[in-house]
Amino acid sequence: MTIREEEIQRHTIAVLVSNEPGVLARVIGLFSGRGYNIESLTVSEVDEINVRSRITIVTSGTPMVIEQIKAQLSRLVPVFDVHDLTLESPHVSREMALVKIRNDGEQRIEALRIADTFRARALDSTLESFVFELTGDTGKIDAFIDLMVALGEVEVSRTGVVAIARGHDLDMPVVRLNKARRRHKKAEPVK
Amino acid sequence: MTKPRSSTARRDAAPRTMSGAAVILEALKDQGVEVIFGYPGGAVLPIYDEIFKQNAIRHILVRHEQAAVHAAEGYARSTGKVGCVLVTSGPGATNAVTGLTDALMDSIPLVCLTGQVPTHLIGNDAFQEADTTGITRPCTKHNYLVKQPEKLAEVMHEAFYVAAHGRPGPVVVDLPKDILFAECPYEGPENVEPKAYRPQVKGDSAAIERAVELIAKAKRPIFYGGGGLINAGPNASKMFTDLVRKVGAPATLTLMGLGAFPASDKRFLGMLGMHGTYEANMSMYECDVMVCIGARFDDRVTGRLDAFSPNSTKIHIDIDPSSINKNVAVDLPIIGDAASILEDMLKVWKSKGYRSNDKPLADWWGKIEAWRSKNCLAYSQTSQIIKPQHAIRRLFEKTQGMDCYITTEVGQHQMWAAQYYNFDEPNRWMTSGGLGTMGYGFPAAMGVQIAHPDALVVDISGEASFMMNMQELSTMIQYKLPVKAFIINNQWMGMVRQWQELIHGARYSESYSEALPDFVKLAEAFGGVGLRATALDELDDVIDEMIATPHPVLVDVCVTKDENCFPMIPSGAAHFEMLLGPNDHAEKPTSERGMVLV
Repeated sequence: MTIREEEIQRHTIAVLVSNEPGVLARVIGLFSGRGYNIESLTVSEVDEINVRSRITIVTSGTPMVIEQIKAQLSRLVPVFDVHDLTLESPHVSREMALVKIRNDGEQRIEALRIADTFRARALDSTLESFVFELTGDTGKIDAFIDLMVALGEVEVSRTGVVAIARGHDLDMPVVRLNKARRRHKKAEPVK
Repeated sequence: MTKPRSSTARRDAAPRTMSGAAVILEALKDQGVEVIFGYPGGAVLPIYDEIFKQNAIRHILVRHEQAAVHAAEGYARSTGKVGCVLVTSGPGATNAVTGLTDALMDSIPLVCLTGQVPTHLIGNDAFQEADTTGITRPCTKHNYLVKQPEKLAEVMHEAFYVAAHGRPGPVVVDLPKDILFAECPYEGPENVEPKAYRPQVKGDSAAIERAVELIAKAKRPIFYGGGGLINAGPNASKMFTDLVRKVGAPATLTLMGLGAFPASDKRFLGMLGMHGTYEANMSMYECDVMVCIGARFDDRVTGRLDAFSPNSTKIHIDIDPSSINKNVAVDLPIIGDAASILEDMLKVWKSKGYRSNDKPLADWWGKIEAWRSKNCLAYSQTSQIIKPQHAIRRLFEKTQGMDCYITTEVGQHQMWAAQYYNFDEPNRWMTSGGLGTMGYGFPAAMGVQIAHPDALVVDISGEASFMMNMQELSTMIQYKLPVKAFIINNQWMGMVRQWQELIHGARYSESYSEALPDFVKLAEAFGGVGLRATALDELDDVIDEMIATPHPVLVDVCVTKDENCFPMIPSGAAHFEMLLGPNDHAEKPTSERGMVLV
């Protein structure tokens, strides 16, 4: 057997977990303990009734390592499902950034003009600063930040990547969230 | 209609409530726990109070929490049941960490209950507080911190489910003291099953058919079994043996798999890997179809990866998908329980009318016999000084036919035990394979003896390893456990010394066992029996006397001091680059790349 020098690939992985204490620590501990990369990790509860959270991880490694990462994630007890969005299907991914820029004069006008072409919204403005909100894929946000840095002093807060498969299939459906909420809002039944 | 009514009745009735500590005991009973190994402390006193009030579960008071976990491992490995441990918060839990890691590496099912400070004090640096779930997260299969009384019963049952199902492993349940006093509802184990954790048991039938076809058509097949065969139950070993015999192929086993295939069968090539036999490693190197069942291509087994079995089609059967393609890329993975898959494989073999591929196999066996004729485990017992290999060989010969269980510590004696003590049955051999924990064998033997009170249980030990958990002799005296420690005493940390000799220019840095105790007097001080063999003609008598003594015995076997463990694949070398003996070494020095490996 020859060991090929395998190419490093970037994969976006969606993980559905039980939203219980320590579950994020388990996932992160797995990555640090086994020496895998985390380029981005986002998490939030997506199903209140079934107490499930969805974690989106962007990681990189050889195909063998990516396969290991998925297998290791799958065998964690509170993990319900693991999907490799990069491998399985076309998917859309987005992140949001809040970019504060401090500058003045011509550069300030230029920043506003660029923000406009990127469809960024100004959420806050003072006479010497803006806070822009920008949504897009990672590349777009990187490009916007690069431009802003050239135009003034910049502070950035990014959400990291969230992603979902294109098409009509529901890989990890939210089971009863809406129904349950409606029931909750209904008037008290007559006794 | 009786049945449904009774189940409805149970569902409608308000669940029984009792104190948290009582719920724990109830859950243990319902899970079939008979023995619990533990050590009390402030945070678990309510549980000890409940233990005091009942007789169904026996508590074994160890002398150190690490030993409690190893004892539970020995118990679990020799019976196939889940081992159970109870320790207090803080130091109790941290002392258990080595044992838990050991159980994780060797896939031993355990449930370890740890005390915790009351919930309102968690995070306050309270007395004997430790972040137990944080500390044990990477060294358990799963862990729980119970913060709500109504969850306690469910968590207890789930812990046992997780420990025993899929690839087994240790599970920690951290129990704050206020939960132990709180009124908790109790529900039996019938309705508890983890929502997310559902390991695959049955193998893919198409893959199984392809595997059997590959095996039937192979010209140079080999079966390579591991600890997963033992974990899948004695029946798995039986079917494995059956399949190997039907195919007419050779079989080799990992350190953890010894006993899964009878060593007395001529198809058995011995253990493989770093200190495996020449014939096993050469067969692995030259085979055309490799069938790996319940093993994980560990670095001790594969040697240099780029030269590992280069021309074979590899079939890998494992219950843990993360074992597949971890170190070695395989051609045909099958996920599932070894017993279930072996059963299916045998069915396919029968239904398709496959027969042993006699002619090519005869050539293959011819090759193997040539390797075997090197007699790689030969040693020469020429003087009156006992050779360690000979001591273990004699122990094996003298205990043949007896109801005997062997545990070991870690080091040279462990490898010699694996080489010179042969096992024909599973569950008879307990050793620390993955983690390599010195101090494992003596407490593990204690756990084995608890499970098999009438059996002969021998810990094959080294003098350095023995001193890591020798306090358990006190436990053995207390419970009248006639465990034998067969100490191969060469006054060195032998394996460290061997590596220093082979790799570090014979600079023996800190590997000499200085200021050793007198093991005979040590045994007597605890209330046990001490024996010593210093010369060859004393060896047999001492072994006889050890076997005949119905008390704990320490046997101090004084052996050659500078014996090295061969054959050996030096780290960074490939299967065909084995060192067969001390003279071989001069020609093949360890590569620089190999030196950085462990």
